[in-house]
Amino acid sequence: MRKKVFQILVDNTPGVLSRISGLFSRRGYNIESISAGVTADPRFTRITIVASGDDDILEQIEKQVRKLVDVRDIRELKPEESVYRELAMIKVRADDNMRQNVIAVTNIFRGSIIDVAPDSLMIEITGNQGKVDAFLRLLHGYEILELARTGIAGLGRGTEHIVYID
Amino acid sequence: MTGADAIVKCLEQEHVEVVFGYPGVAITPFYNSILSTDIRTILVRQEQNAAHAASGYARITGRTGVVAVTSGPGAENLITGIATAFADSIPMVCITGQVDSKLMGSDVFQEADISGAVESFVKYSYIVRDAKDIPRIFKEAFHIAATGRKGPVLIDIPIDIQEDNLNKFVYPEDAKMRTYKPTVQGHIVQIKKVIRELSKAKRPILCVGGGVHLSGAKDEVIAFVEKNRIPVVCTMMGLSVMPTHHPLFYGMVGNNGQAYGNRAMNQADMIVMVGARVADRSISQPDLITENKVLVHIDVDPAEIGKNTQPAIPLVGDIGSIFKNFNELEYESDYSEWVDVLNKYRTEGENRKSAALKMAVTNQSRMQGADPVAFIRTLSLAMEEDAVYVADVGQNQLWSCANCVIRKGRFMTSGGMGTMGYAIPAAMGAKIADPSRQVVAVCGDGGFQMVMMELGTMRQYDIQAKVVVIRNKVLGLVRQYQHYHYHDHFSVIDLGDYPRIDRLTEAYDMHYYKVEDNQNIRKVVDAFLDDPVSSILEVFIDPNETA
Repeated sequence: MRKKVFQILVDNTPGVLSRISGLFSRRGYNIESISAGVTADPRFTRITIVASGDDDILEQIEKQVRKLVDVRDIRELKPEESVYRELAMIKVRADDNMRQNVIAVTNIFRGSIIDVAPDSLMIEITGNQGKVDAFLRLLHGYEILELARTGIAGLGRGTEHIVYID
Repeated sequence: MTGADAIVKCLEQEHVEVVFGYPGVAITPFYNSILSTDIRTILVRQEQNAAHAASGYARITGRTGVVAVTSGPGAENLITGIATAFADSIPMVCITGQVDSKLMGSDVFQEADISGAVESFVKYSYIVRDAKDIPRIFKEAFHIAATGRKGPVLIDIPIDIQEDNLNKFVYPEDAKMRTYKPTVQGHIVQIKKVIRELSKAKRPILCVGGGVHLSGAKDEVIAFVEKNRIPVVCTMMGLSVMPTHHPLFYGMVGNNGQAYGNRAMNQADMIVMVGARVADRSISQPDLITENKVLVHIDVDPAEIGKNTQPAIPLVGDIGSIFKNFNELEYESDYSEWVDVLNKYRTEGENRKSAALKMAVTNQSRMQGADPVAFIRTLSLAMEEDAVYVADVGQNQLWSCANCVIRKGRFMTSGGMGTMGYAIPAAMGAKIADPSRQVVAVCGDGGFQMVMMELGTMRQYDIQAKVVVIRNKVLGLVRQYQHYHYHDHFSVIDLGDYPRIDRLTEAYDMHYYKVEDNQNIRKVVDAFLDDPVSSILEVFIDPNETA
């Protein structure tokens, strides 16, 4: 099993996200994360999918997605040529005694505290998946009340692989 | 001009001759507007059969079949027909009425999310939200359905959009689609690679599939194999690309194919798959076709290449265009030794079959009734040279594939989906497409009873397709499976004695013929085929027959 990050550029048609996710589910492909948002040109949406499977499956994923009528482009975002980011929001139980410890760990990871309540803190952290995972490991001794992760978004480095539209 | 008028105008622009369908309130504006055109309408008796009829029409004409039904149950009934067309890559545009767009999503009467329901087996689907989009959407839909790997496209149109007014109607000359650009031309480097491998090969074989029909490339393919003397086998969908008795043809491969065809595939040192998707029923062990062989896979759909096995030379493009390139390239070849070996296998195989057949028909077998193999062979030989043979699904289909003799005719069946009840409506569509051709639907008594309401359609519109029902009073293929796998522990396969088809033909003012044994098969078949009145031929066979 390998993991690949795909960047997919699609026409911003109604139902396009369900077409993509439906393809993954009916063909039994694994999605580790999916994130989508409109591009600078509102006619298009950029989707980042992290998928896993053996090489044959990963090749099929690329071909089957490319075949969808709404798909303008699909390419692998290779780790050495790309930047990935994920945002996580973590609500941790923290009373007066624990608060400073949590803040200290958050600062080390350059996260920020975005909400404070008498018995909890909300942390925002951005980074590649490895960083987010490492941060969550450090919170192991604390009680995580709620966790929301966006899944990764990514872009290729430099101007070499940009898809120009129209 | 209303949205409905615009839809009809789009169909005219696409030179649509006939629409198969079934109206209901949500599609009545369309059926109101279509009256003002010359487009023919055929009212089927159940929506699924409209799709099958459009499929038969598309297979014979090579053009896109059109279906129009209402919302909710009408559209839902269409689903099996759409999935059947998708599995066989048949170009089709399905128009479904929808409830008022302001009510969509609130579960009103006869509302179903049809575009969501069919998502996994259409090439694309649209929900029309604005009447002014109609010309663009129809242009795109017909373009998508008939290009690249063909397939059904669904357009769902709410009733209020059909009733809305359009200020002006301009039908686009081209479908301007940013994202959809199928590859047509084969890559010349890959094309030359194939020819180079062919010139090195000692035992090459071509395996042709349904893609050859879809591309309209039959003549180019035959010209190429004849010029270079390359042996050919086919998949079920590729039947009738080659005439059965062509000297370079070695039958259908796969589970239900000819043993000598499979042997040819196994012994080849180079296999060229042409518009065939290496499907499980034709190639049960995909690994074997790459072992000690050079595999070339030619398909218009890049996703088919490498899906089931990795070819040495992938070649994406339209088969007609690729074989035109092949035919322009000269190379030296001499496969005569290989052809001699295959001829020997074929002769042995055919002799064995003839001997078994002779034994069966001279009543040395313990079977009752007519011999299905003898019947199908006789029927196909009695049919006109260019006739269309439509096989349904089940034992009848397997007997048909293996024994139907095709000369200049066409063989059609539901190969990918295996949809029972396909043959009769598809034969109707084929007959409408080309009334001058003889069209014969061959089905079992199970498949027949799934669609026998369409006899009404055939009579009403005087569609002179012939219907053969092979009668064993059981679901034969399931029974056969239970015989082998469950040791005759038969379960829910008994169809009983009804209907009495002789009386059914009376109800429809049709003529009735029957074959009950191996005597006089040809005489009855000739009378049945020559009868100018719509007729059904019932062939009684033993339920213990296996295909």
